[in-house]
Amino acid sequence: MTTKINKATRHTSQNEGLIFEKSSPGKRAFELPPLDVPIVDANALLGAHHRHDGVEHFPEVSEIEVLRHFTRLSTWNYAIDLGMYPLGSCTMKYNPRVNEFVARLEGLATEHPYQPQELSQGCLKVLRLLERCLLEITGMDAITLQPAAGAQGELTGLLLIRAYLEKQGNARKKVLIPDSAHGTNPATAVIAGYEVENIKSESHGQIDVDKLRDLVTENVAALMITNPSTLGIFEQRIPEIAEILHAKGALLYMDGANMNALTGITRPGDFGVDVMHLNLHKTFSTPHGGGGPGTGPVAMKKFLEPFRPVPVLVEKEGGRLALDSNRADSIGRVKAFVGNFGLLVRALAYILAYGPGVRQATEDAVINANYIRKNLEGVFDLPYELPSMHEVVFSDAIQKKNGVNTMDIAKRLIDYGFHPYTTAFPLIVPGALMIEPTESESKEECDLFIEAMRAIAQEAAENPALVKSAPHTTRVRRLDEVGAARKPILRWKPTDKPEGRLHHAHKTPHPEPTPTV
Amino acid sequence: MRYLPKSPTERQEMLESIGAASAEELFSSIPERYRLTEPLKLPGPLSEAEIIQYFKERAAENSSGYASFLGAGVYNHLRSVITDVVIQRGEFLTSYTPYQAEITQGTLQAIFEFQTLMCQLTGQEVANASMYDGSTATTEAVLMAERLTGRRRVLVARSLHPEYRDVLRTYGRNCGSLLEELPYAKDGTLDVAALTRSLRGDVAAVVVQSPNFFGVIEETAELARLVKNSGALLVVAITEGVSLGLVKPPAEADIVAMEGQSFGLAPSYGGPFVGVIASRDKFVRQLPGRLAGETTDTEGRRGFVLTLATREQHIRREKATSNICTNQALCALAATVHLTLLGKEGLREMAQQNLSKAAFALGELEKIPAVRRAFAGPFFNEFTVELPRSVKLVNAQLLEEKIIGPFVLGTAYPELTKHALVCVTETTTRAQIEKLAVALRRILERPL
Repeated sequence: MTTKINKATRHTSQNEGLIFEKSSPGKRAFELPPLDVPIVDANALLGAHHRHDGVEHFPEVSEIEVLRHFTRLSTWNYAIDLGMYPLGSCTMKYNPRVNEFVARLEGLATEHPYQPQELSQGCLKVLRLLERCLLEITGMDAITLQPAAGAQGELTGLLLIRAYLEKQGNARKKVLIPDSAHGTNPATAVIAGYEVENIKSESHGQIDVDKLRDLVTENVAALMITNPSTLGIFEQRIPEIAEILHAKGALLYMDGANMNALTGITRPGDFGVDVMHLNLHKTFSTPHGGGGPGTGPVAMKKFLEPFRPVPVLVEKEGGRLALDSNRADSIGRVKAFVGNFGLLVRALAYILAYGPGVRQATEDAVINANYIRKNLEGVFDLPYELPSMHEVVFSDAIQKKNGVNTMDIAKRLIDYGFHPYTTAFPLIVPGALMIEPTESESKEECDLFIEAMRAIAQEAAENPALVKSAPHTTRVRRLDEVGAARKPILRWKPTDKPEGRLHHAHKTPHPEPTPTV
Repeated sequence: MRYLPKSPTERQEMLESIGAASAEELFSSIPERYRLTEPLKLPGPLSEAEIIQYFKERAAENSSGYASFLGAGVYNHLRSVITDVVIQRGEFLTSYTPYQAEITQGTLQAIFEFQTLMCQLTGQEVANASMYDGSTATTEAVLMAERLTGRRRVLVARSLHPEYRDVLRTYGRNCGSLLEELPYAKDGTLDVAALTRSLRGDVAAVVVQSPNFFGVIEETAELARLVKNSGALLVVAITEGVSLGLVKPPAEADIVAMEGQSFGLAPSYGGPFVGVIASRDKFVRQLPGRLAGETTDTEGRRGFVLTLATREQHIRREKATSNICTNQALCALAATVHLTLLGKEGLREMAQQNLSKAAFALGELEKIPAVRRAFAGPFFNEFTVELPRSVKLVNAQLLEEKIIGPFVLGTAYPELTKHALVCVTETTTRAQIEKLAVALRRILERPL
């Protein structure tokens, strides 16, 4: 294969076993200061039956080995810091490092959630300012910063709706969810005690408003809508949708996963949304960290405010801030303590960096998505043609003819030095290629991406086997997921041999470059 | 703006390529009357230096300079700089959930190591990639027990962290759980007689915390025997993981739910932390959340993938075991690095120091005539003392001495307004303990 790849070159990476395989009794990586009180007899204090002599098979290694171990593992990851990460609906934007710095400041990171509130005014001011900023951005009236993640934000939002409807006399039975929605939406509705009714999208990928009108009855508590939808398209009839729901006493919930397309341009509170969550790890740049932690604040209209989870941030006389847990109508706590404070600090730092200029970030995100769309249209099939906002969804219909599917293209993209786009989603597009570049990519990086995608399309036409067997340049090749699920191995055991227990017969040692590029 | 990598010329070129006259045109699908015509009223823009200045000013308005005896679910422990060095590596910090296994083996192997460490610590056979925190892990453990038993009644110790009980109630109310509380006995442990009375054939789970919210270590092995006879499952919550350096893990429990904040995570005013859920192999299909598993690639090399995803919301939608989507990957990584640094000896020694200092602190406080140890049960690094007057009032006076006093149990237990939950870790110095004792003696000697 002679394709020229401009973005990436292979380099050697270190091999590394499991930390347990490096362990040897007597090695240490951590020493405590000497004990300044008399040592006690643990047996006597705890009772011999409660006591053990340390955790068996816990690692025993030195400091340099720990640092090298994790540094080596880190080099096996792709990351935003290395390049474009165009995962649709994930908003993998730059994570500013000053945010990390301020979240670790003495006086913020060190604070205990139960310390007296008069000694927490700094923390509470951070919360207050973030609340105000997020309300301005969403156009809503009240907010809770407590939920630990988007999915928990969804749950909080539905519980607010439930509590409000209960107070009106009937919690109702059903939540409507479009078939384009993320899987958390229906899973959340069930945890909130609702039945799920799916609504099919119409031919442009928008909510079928006529169908919706038929479905909305006095039994429907809410519609959960993602806007822009997971196709990256703005729900143009959303004010009408809100009216249909409100006419029957049902509420409009908006999944704010795609707020990166709207910030500074339009506000959900203005176009009829009653309650919504925000993913601070998407739009507001807190790092994904390999899968969390997230944060999912929930913003709402005034009439839902009494139901907010406790504690609620309140302002007392003289501007003193306090946390109030004594709220009769509250849905209760959704997690312990006030919220993921360390992440709220980062999100506020992000907002302060932009100020009103955050609109430029949104514009750039939308420019990038449309630029990629324009330059790949025709090369890849575009199933829904309405204008794209922050992301564009293609399908693999053209490449499918040669037996190449979206997953193959995604895996081949890895060889070109990019993280794949989102493949398995949205469900309404078979063979979806869901691409969200975010505002963090330069024109140069977008051009490299376009160049890579075009090259892969050509390969798919001329040499499909090459694409189907990708990636060729990674430490490991495609992994046996079926085998992993059939006989799950979910932890290391002392009886394990180094380098795993499986298929030793045809094990190929690292590194084993397959020169295809 | 420094985060945006486009020059005005490049923007223009891109717009021309798209065929749009302006960026505004790209938003034409939004009905015009909903498009903002004014900039948002947000503070900023701030330079990096101004951002640091703003947060330093806020930090200065908090509790710096005070000695603290607070624990109650959030603990101050030593943390190595190595942990922060590792988790700030961009390859971990700015990576997504490892769905594309070929280029996320680092995160996946670290999760696999985390799962192993959590099994070793808790004495269980399987642990997931982490939950939001201890409170939601406990709640998910209860929901899991309900699915496994097909029952709805859940007996919850009153000595479970009050905020964990709150979260259980929030979820339970809508999931149909029937929650009942079990009292504590005189020695601070679960009231076994009350448990026996309530334990009938319709109980899904019994939930206890150990060391419990009063600091007392529960007889989990004995409780497991009792619970097992009724066909219910025993859920043990742990808020102070360092205890496991010395205290036998609740291996007999069916599900363990733990807060892992003590493993290298800063208190950070309440989060982000890391929840742990661990159980038995046979229950794995009902476990919520992500799991990393070992497998091989097409050439037979060891590798790791996210596995058993058919339990999860992105595949099963409304039939999923939970709506949880993320884990706390970076916090779990911090815990993994921290525990690897500590190792077997380090964790044991840290636990020994906690126990020794807590014992010393109790001794010092008991020398004050009016102070009494409230519960006789064994404790680890927290214990409850009864004062002759309201802890709230005493704490207000301690503040004048630059001491943040112990947790006021009366805020969650109306019958315990004179009871204080004192926490002492390896970071508390002897001098601080002695200062507390002196101050407390002086305060209690003063008339009310």
